[in-house]
Amino acid sequence: MKFGVVVFPGSNCDHDCYHVLKHVLQKDTDFVWHKDRDISKYDCIVLPGGFSYGDYLRTGAIAQFSPVMENVYKHAERGKLVIGICNGFQILLEAGLLPGAMLRNRSLKFICKFVDLKVETTNTPFTRKAKKGEILNIPIAHGEGNYFADEETLFELKKNDQIVVKYTENPNGSLEDIAGICNFKRNVFGLMPHPERASEKELGSTDGLKIFQSIVESLN
Amino acid sequence: MKAKVYVTLRKSVFDPQGKAVQEALGSMGFNEVQSVRMGKYIELDLGSTEKSQAEQKIKVMCEKLLTNTVIEDYRYELN
Repeated sequence: MKFGVVVFPGSNCDHDCYHVLKHVLQKDTDFVWHKDRDISKYDCIVLPGGFSYGDYLRTGAIAQFSPVMENVYKHAERGKLVIGICNGFQILLEAGLLPGAMLRNRSLKFICKFVDLKVETTNTPFTRKAKKGEILNIPIAHGEGNYFADEETLFELKKNDQIVVKYTENPNGSLEDIAGICNFKRNVFGLMPHPERASEKELGSTDGLKIFQSIVESLN
Repeated sequence: MKAKVYVTLRKSVFDPQGKAVQEALGSMGFNEVQSVRMGKYIELDLGSTEKSQAEQKIKVMCEKLLTNTVIEDYRYELN
């Protein structure tokens, strides 16, 4: 099992993701530079948080055209796993790998704090080790995490059980308290909270590990 | 050929930035301001591209990169 953590110019949670996968979970993990094209050896691609391309134009908008993304589409098409965290989620939305879009936080403020997430479905490779309704305490750190989708898209998300995690107390105005969703095929997952910042006791919570451990179990 | 692109949030999308500006204007005494919608203005120099071609191209640019059509509308001027 091999993980690839993509590094865009402006990514800043890449090392945290790498650390959790490589050192905490002891899995084979590489950094993948955004100009690398061959990602065929990876089972799971991580799009980490940060401010890719300085958040120019819109968050995640420029990163969708990075050379590596061409093969991230193919990777996802083949049913392999992709997880986008924070800016990674924004990139997945801009790239059309997940439906909907991100708006500025309702408060217009950058919010950095621990929040409680409710697991809405365990029928994904990313949450299979959690229990339905379980509360995960994981931090958020974003200015644009106010998830938006039109009515039709929301209807589809609900119908197909694609809403994976919700905030118990909505911090940013996000539609239906949505914190993370998956695609119809359930192999692409995006979430605003940072599980990699809650994967060691020293950091105050290990609830984020559930997500990474779920991926590991799915790949076993 | 030059293009001017105006990007605005769709009507159905709440604009917290516009709302904050509206409230600030209200506190200045401009209570007649009913709403404020913020947007982006983008200028592109398309060199010697012909108008009909420029029109086609600018549409693709808008749909694929300059706007996110889930949340934004756009209009453009060419001259």
